[in-house]
Amino acid sequence: MTDIPVAPPPKSRLRLALESDVFYTFRRSPVAVISALVVLVLLVSAIFAPWIASTNPFDPASLNLMNGFTPPLEPNAFTGDSFLLGTDDQGRDVFSTILYGMRISLFVGVAAVAFAMVLGITLGLISGYVGGWVETIIMRVADVQLTFPSILVAMLIFGIAKGITPVEYRDQMAIWVLILAIGLSDWVQFARVVRGATLVEKNKEYVQAARLIGRKPGAIMLRHILPNVLSPVLVIATISLALAIIAEATLSFLGVGAPPTQPSLGTLIRIGQGFLFSGEWWILFFPACTLLALALSVNLLGDWLRDALNPRLR
Amino acid sequence: MAEPVLSIRDLSVEIPTRHGIVKPVDGVSYDIRAGEILGVVGESGAGKSMAGNAVIGLLSPPAHIASGEIWLNGKRIDQLRGEAMRRLRGKEIGMVFQDPLTSLNPLLRIGDQLVETMRTHLKISEKEAEKRAVAALEEVGIPGAASRVNSYPHEFSGGMRQRVVIALALCAEPSLVIADEPTTALDVSVQAQIIALLKRLCRERGTAVMLITHDMGVIAEATDRVAVMYAGRLAELGAVEQVLTRPQHPYTHGLMASTPLASEGKARLHQIPGAMPRLDAVPDGCAFNPRCPRATEVCRTPPPPRVKDGMAACWHPLVEDVEEKVS
Repeated sequence: MTDIPVAPPPKSRLRLALESDVFYTFRRSPVAVISALVVLVLLVSAIFAPWIASTNPFDPASLNLMNGFTPPLEPNAFTGDSFLLGTDDQGRDVFSTILYGMRISLFVGVAAVAFAMVLGITLGLISGYVGGWVETIIMRVADVQLTFPSILVAMLIFGIAKGITPVEYRDQMAIWVLILAIGLSDWVQFARVVRGATLVEKNKEYVQAARLIGRKPGAIMLRHILPNVLSPVLVIATISLALAIIAEATLSFLGVGAPPTQPSLGTLIRIGQGFLFSGEWWILFFPACTLLALALSVNLLGDWLRDALNPRLR
Repeated sequence: MAEPVLSIRDLSVEIPTRHGIVKPVDGVSYDIRAGEILGVVGESGAGKSMAGNAVIGLLSPPAHIASGEIWLNGKRIDQLRGEAMRRLRGKEIGMVFQDPLTSLNPLLRIGDQLVETMRTHLKISEKEAEKRAVAALEEVGIPGAASRVNSYPHEFSGGMRQRVVIALALCAEPSLVIADEPTTALDVSVQAQIIALLKRLCRERGTAVMLITHDMGVIAEATDRVAVMYAGRLAELGAVEQVLTRPQHPYTHGLMASTPLASEGKARLHQIPGAMPRLDAVPDGCAFNPRCPRATEVCRTPPPPRVKDGMAACWHPLVEDVEEKVS
C-alpha cells in the first residue's frame, strides 16, 4: 500500500485540453480542421461585420442607387465605384449584406439551438428521472410533434406568433419569433436523447448513493445526471445548429422569416433569385455559397465530434 | 444489553406482477447492535439485497414493504416518506455498493463527493469539510490523501475506489452501514484488505454493519452474527462460530458442505440437489423441503417454526437438543 505513487501535480487546463484524445483526433482529421477554420472565419467576420464591411448596407444614407447592379470587381458604369462581390438592385454592396446577413443567420441559429437545448434537456431529464405519467405526457407530445416535418411546425408556430403580435411590433419581433419557432420545432431530439441517457445513468449506483445521502431530486438531476449525459447533447447541438441555420434560411426564403429590413442569408437568397435569369447572378450566388459553406462546415464539425466522443465508431 | 441500532420485525416485501404477488422478502426479523457486524448470506435471489434496500428506502416501485416494522435507533422508519426519510437515511445510514466502478460519479473529484455528502448532513463549513475529506481518505488508507482528493474516480484502481466508497459511507458518521456485496467486484487479494478495513473502522466507531454477501469466507472473517436467507425467508440466525461450525438448518449445513476447501483435494464437492424455487412458486410449508434430506410430512404443510437468535427455522434441526426449545 505504501508503494502506490502519489498523484503528479495537476496540469493546467489548457495543457490537459491540448493533450486530450479529442484534440488528438481533431489534429489528425483534415476535414475537421478545415471546417473548424471555415466556421471560425465566418464567425469572426460575422461578429466584426461593422468593422470589416465597407458600408452598412441598411443605412439608407450610405447607399447610392446609381451603383445598382454593379458586377463583381468591375467598376460601375456611372460612378466608377468597384465592389468585391458586386451590388444588388439598390446599390448595396453584396459583400457587406452577406456579412450582416450572416450575423442574423448565426444569431437566430445559435439562439434557437440554445432555446431548444434548454427546453429539451429540462424535459428529457424530468421525464427520464421522474418517470410515470409525467414521462408519458412529455414523450407522447414529442412523438406527436415528430410526425410533422419540423419546418411545418416552425411555420405554424411562426404564423400563430405573428398573428398575435401587434402590427407595429412585427418587424422588431420577427427575429425573436423566428428563434421561438425554430427552437420549439427542435427540442424533441434533445429531450429523447437526454431521457434515454438519464434512464441509463439513473440506475447507476452513484445516483442511488446521492439519493441515499439525501440529495433532493433537483440537485441529483443537475449535479450528478446532467454532466454525465452532456456528451451526446453536444453532438446533437452541433448538428442542430447547421439544421437551424438552414431552417431559418428556408423560412426566410419562403418570405415568412427575417424581414427585408433585417435580412438573413435566406432573405438575401430570396431577393437574389429574382435577378438570376436577368443576368445579375452574383446577387444570388454569393449569399448561397456562404450559406452552403456555413451549414456544411458546421455539419462536418458535428460529424467529427460525434465520432470523437463515441470511440466505438472509430 | 444495549438497544439494537437496527431492528427488523417480520419484514415482508411484495412485488405485484401479472402472475400474482411475489414476496422476495417474507417475514424476516433480525437485530443489529452498535459495533456489531451482521452477515446476511444466501444465494442469488434469496432476498438479501432486497431486505437491505427496504431498510434504506431504495426499493424501486412496484416493490414495496407489505408488512412488518423497521426500527432504527428506537425510531420506526418503514412508514417514513419523502422529506423525513431523505433526511434520516443519509444521516443515519451509510451504504457501500457492490461495484466501485459505478458507485462514484465519474465527473466529480472524489474530494467534492466527500464534501457533498458531509455538507448535506453535518453543519460544517466548506473548509472544514475539505479538511475532513482528507482525513477520511487517510483513514481508509489512501496514500497521499492531500493531493488525491483532487483526483477523479477513473484515476483510481478498483480496490482504491472501494476504499473511497467506504470513506463516503462513513463520512457523515452514520450509526448503520449497509454493505451490499462490497467485495464481489474486487480481486481476492484486495477483498481481504477491504473487509479488514470495514471491520476496523466500524469497530472503532461503534457503527453497526449489515454485510450482505454470498461469500462464506467473508462471513467467517468479518462477522459477529449471521443471518442465512433462503427464498426470501430467514433460515437460520446465530453467532457466526455456531452457524458455521454447528449449523442447525439443513440448508446452512448444505451451504457449508459445498464450500470448497483447499485441503480436501480429491474429494468431490458436495452440492445441494435442485435449485432455489422461483419466487412465484415457493412450496407450502418450509421453502427448503423439496431439496431437504431430512424433510418429512410436517415440513410440507404448516410453516416452519419462527427463527429466534441461535435457532433455525426447521422442524428437524441438525442439533438434537434444540428441538426442545422449538416446542
